[in-house]
Amino acid sequence: MLGLGKKDTLLLLLVTALTLCAPFLLNPFPVNGGLAQFNAGYPDLMQRFVIFGIFAIGFNILFGLTGYLSFGHAAFLGAGSYAAVWMFKLLSMNVLPAILLSVVIAGIFALMIGYISLRRSGIYFSILTLAFAQMSFALAYSVLTPITNGETGLQVTLSDPRILGVTANADGSIPVTHLFGIEMRATEVLRMGAWEFQFSAGYYLCAVMMLLAFYLAIRIFRSPFGMMLRAVKSNQQRLYYTGVNARPYTLAAFVISGMYAGLAGGLLAAMDPLAGAERMQWTASGEVVLMTILGGAGTLIGPVLGAGVIKYFENIFSKLNENVLHGWFAFLPDGIEDVLVAVIYPFVGKGWHLTLGLMFMAVVIFLPGGLVEGGQRITRLFRRGRSPEAQRRRTPAE
Amino acid sequence: MGILEVKDVNKRFGGLQALGDVNLSVAENSVHAIIGPNGAGKSTLLNCLVGKLIPDTGSVMFAGQSVLGRKPYQINQMGISRVFQTPEIFGDLTVFENMMIPLFAKRDGAFRLHAFEGVAAERDLTEEARRMLDEVDMLDKGDAHAGSLSRGDKRRLEMAMCLIQRPRLLLLDEPTAGMARADTNNTIALLRTIKEKRDITMCIIEHDMHVVFSLADRITVLAQGTPLVEDTPENIKGHPKVKEAYLGEAA
Amino acid sequence: MEAIILQTLNGLDKGSAYALIALGLTLIFGTLGVVNFAHGALFMIGAFCAVTLQRILSASFVTLDETRTDFLGNPMKVETPYVEAWFGPELGGSIIEWSVPLAILFSIPIMAAIGIAMERGLIKHFYKRPHADQILVTFGLAIVLQEIVKHFYGANPIPTPAPDALTGSYDFGVLLGFDPNVIIYPYWRLVYFAFAALVIGAVFAFLQFTTFGMVVRAGMADRETVGLLGINIDRRFTIMFALAACVAGLAGVMYAPINSPNYHMGMDFLVLSFVVVVVGGMGSLPGAVLAGFLLGILESFASMTQVIALIPGINQIVIYVVAIIVLLTRPRGLMGRKGVMED
Repeated sequence: MLGLGKKDTLLLLLVTALTLCAPFLLNPFPVNGGLAQFNAGYPDLMQRFVIFGIFAIGFNILFGLTGYLSFGHAAFLGAGSYAAVWMFKLLSMNVLPAILLSVVIAGIFALMIGYISLRRSGIYFSILTLAFAQMSFALAYSVLTPITNGETGLQVTLSDPRILGVTANADGSIPVTHLFGIEMRATEVLRMGAWEFQFSAGYYLCAVMMLLAFYLAIRIFRSPFGMMLRAVKSNQQRLYYTGVNARPYTLAAFVISGMYAGLAGGLLAAMDPLAGAERMQWTASGEVVLMTILGGAGTLIGPVLGAGVIKYFENIFSKLNENVLHGWFAFLPDGIEDVLVAVIYPFVGKGWHLTLGLMFMAVVIFLPGGLVEGGQRITRLFRRGRSPEAQRRRTPAE
Repeated sequence: MGILEVKDVNKRFGGLQALGDVNLSVAENSVHAIIGPNGAGKSTLLNCLVGKLIPDTGSVMFAGQSVLGRKPYQINQMGISRVFQTPEIFGDLTVFENMMIPLFAKRDGAFRLHAFEGVAAERDLTEEARRMLDEVDMLDKGDAHAGSLSRGDKRRLEMAMCLIQRPRLLLLDEPTAGMARADTNNTIALLRTIKEKRDITMCIIEHDMHVVFSLADRITVLAQGTPLVEDTPENIKGHPKVKEAYLGEAA
Repeated sequence: MEAIILQTLNGLDKGSAYALIALGLTLIFGTLGVVNFAHGALFMIGAFCAVTLQRILSASFVTLDETRTDFLGNPMKVETPYVEAWFGPELGGSIIEWSVPLAILFSIPIMAAIGIAMERGLIKHFYKRPHADQILVTFGLAIVLQEIVKHFYGANPIPTPAPDALTGSYDFGVLLGFDPNVIIYPYWRLVYFAFAALVIGAVFAFLQFTTFGMVVRAGMADRETVGLLGINIDRRFTIMFALAACVAGLAGVMYAPINSPNYHMGMDFLVLSFVVVVVGGMGSLPGAVLAGFLLGILESFASMTQVIALIPGINQIVIYVVAIIVLLTRPRGLMGRKGVMED
């Protein structure tokens, strides 16, 4: 279907189903129950899942396929956000032109940075991209203030021209982002007994974008272009002596992944029309690396998975505080309760980054293939248990 | 006029004269071997032919065109393929994919953005890859990762990758280095079949006299960066200069 | 003329920090072949060694002074540091005051222990893994170290003053025959520069004049051969890692009075130090030191108001611009050797 093999079609259908049903799947606990804090089905968080999913899918096209580790991809995300907000300021609050421009701007930006950075490989490439991103960040903070509004960040205001839209609503408020009249913040709430499910227009726009991005990524992975990129990672020397010029291939991959980052940045701005320089900082670039590695670099589903896991834990974990923990362990004797809380507390709430760092180290050390490899190992374990015969026949093909 | 003409090539590395006035003419559809003791400049000469090094002076012409100043991938596009001393293949890709890369390179040139159609949709090319794998007896290993192959299989795969591009000149850099006798004999047999079946010129750099004398039509002996003699295998065998420079040492 | 001297001086302290961190990075990279993204964290831990020692020395007990009362009319609580009680207010007071220089001694065993633990526990398993994996795992480690420090010391910068005797400024201009107050330079920065020069000199002397250093230099040039000679490279690598950790730590200890330590100072310096290493040439120790000072001074020149007026924002980006130009024109850096990290 859609030019995909059977396995890929199944994967795409699965991801589609999960994405579209996310408002149900992510809110499995009753609203007033004690576990409601683990619900992730509210629009703001769901939007982040899919937007960072797009970012990671794009990063994976570069890192997963070619092995070029960029530490500056956040610059493209930031550029996309700025471009989108400018569209909201100048043209209209319709998200479509904003998203288009953010993809184009990020693409051009990536072409310039990639053209220079890709003259070097290995760690030099990583440091060049890092230097460019830090430079963009520093410039966005200082000299480029007329474009970026410096430390405050770029926002839509009541005095923007918006030539195709309105400068201000009739009641004097700032207009909101919309897609041909459908407001991005519009949310339907469905109540079923003790459960509550939220369906946000913004989330579904992002979800559709992510599915398109995912579909395109599958096509790229299975295309001759994708194969060339894997060949770049595997043996550049052989590729060179086979009559292939690796640089345009890597540059194309770099630009495509930059455009994915721009799309993610544009969507972030479309959901909440502001853009700040901190989106370009190298810690933000590090975050997308984490997502991709955690999920499984070079796999199709890995980056989406990694983005989801990290954003989920970031939002849920960082909300846990001492009181919540005491509540959980209240059934235990006081002494044990205090000890347990004292042990767990550093890893949640404000200490969530500690958990993230540890998780990340554990993945790189023990599971270089990320969660996807973990899943495969577990399935293999079960299969081996069930049918050693089938397993033996399978191995040579892998 | 041979298909490959090397004229007065000189190459210095600092104070070392690696190549001095090398002249070489390789006739079309022949097997030309370049032999010589260690440090004779064989690898330097080969690197000058494929664009990895640029000679200080002299010219290298392939089929009437100069190769000097061209990048390795451009030289490959002219019709020169190279087999490395240790097999260079795409270890992370499957054997079948290893065959597809050279096919795409042959059809699409140095770069073409084919990002949307699947590899499987290229029926002509996949068919061709299968035929070639069958020819080198590796069809059953098509789905294996190339990195997991035995050394002998890697060598065969690398040669198949070169041959599938139908090069006019195949450069082989010590194709049997580090191989056991049986593997060496297999490689010789494979090269013989290639020579009989195809219109191809081969230029072999080799240490192993057994290989050279089983395959070569002509032999150039290189010593200290300069060609000593060039002749047929029969004449080289008895040549006193060669004995002195090379065979004496080997015996 | 005054401006040039002033800016050169101003660049020296930052340049010293860059040079020290880059030196450690290069030692690790050159000997162990590992790209250590956690090196900035070691610098940060060094700075917090100074904070910790200051806190330990200032640890106090509370007594009630019946003769005075606070604003509620209760007897005044007086905090007396233990050291003052033990050594008398005079000596005890100066011990507390000199806690930052004292932290040098305090930090060396700590940094060495951290370095050894890091190398044995984590880094040695990554010698054979790709550089990308090394970057990633040390990046993760950097986050972890940073978060641990944040957990214990909080997120705010902690002022850690230098001894009073060294807090003033020295009027350099007078010495060189300029008018007074034209070139004034804080004593502590001068101390920092001298200290950095001393540490760098010690490291070079160690590598140059000891057998150990000779083996390490040989290992940097050709690791395999040295391994074949039957020399136990592994143990030496551990020691080198500990040494590099100490150098970074010492750089951090002495930097504490210049910039109040906070948990993310390591990351801020790391990015720049990497750029320094690349500009100097991967694997070249003199290159790292030279580039460190050069870039530090360059940064300070770019911060001059006249320069900023000419090219706005140049102070923010000058180091990166230089790095990009160097990488593109001299891929091996200013003093890099052939064959280092060129895969």
